[in-house]
Amino acid sequence: MKLKIEDSELVRNYINGDEQALATLINKHNQRITSFIYSKVLDRTITEDIFQDTFIKVIKTLKKGSYSEEGKFLPWVMRIAHNLIIDHFRKNKRMPKFEGSDDFNIFSVIGDDKLNAEKQLIKDQIDSDLKFLIEELPDDQKEVLVMRIYKDMSFKEISENTGVSINTALGRMRYALINLRKIIEKNNIVLTN
Amino acid sequence: MEKLYSNQQEQAEFNKVCPKTINFLISFSQALYEVEYKNLRFETFLN
Repeated sequence: MKLKIEDSELVRNYINGDEQALATLINKHNQRITSFIYSKVLDRTITEDIFQDTFIKVIKTLKKGSYSEEGKFLPWVMRIAHNLIIDHFRKNKRMPKFEGSDDFNIFSVIGDDKLNAEKQLIKDQIDSDLKFLIEELPDDQKEVLVMRIYKDMSFKEISENTGVSINTALGRMRYALINLRKIIEKNNIVLTN
Repeated sequence: MEKLYSNQQEQAEFNKVCPKTINFLISFSQALYEVEYKNLRFETFLN
């Protein structure tokens, strides 16, 4: 004959140091609590997680001695589980989870074209080095290169602003690039990302 | 009459957590200790 022990007695025994009482409590209510959680979240792994978190809270509260026994152990545990389910959905709402399958991976469609931290640092370094190199160019070439590259002006606009013909502006740009390459080669500078 | 049955039949498929989870909770409980020092309570774990 199986002896049925009340929850309140199991809780009392557990608080008094009987660890086996906890195992009995968990096994006794496993089905009801698991079904309750699963009916809300519909995911086995999440159910296991919430069940675990629920009993971690139960254990901590009982060990702390802050549980007041009013013959309502199961409703109390269900309330904890219910609150954790709400937390789970709140967290998911803030940060929705999308899981791809073998056939489809969302990251193959949505790309992040931003550079990573390391590449961004290298790019900043190259940009800064390049500014120093441009300073080495003759003024007329430097002027055209800055207008074309940094101010994004057309050669027509450059010619109007500098008072030279378009062909001259094109020639100055060409020499600016040739001279930049020479400076880079001469000083063995590596400008790659 | 059939309307009384739940459409979400899948819910009935999972109604008990695995023994691993239960064993973890029992081990967690055995390792957890509350220590009181000068009106302060500390949670400690025994390895």
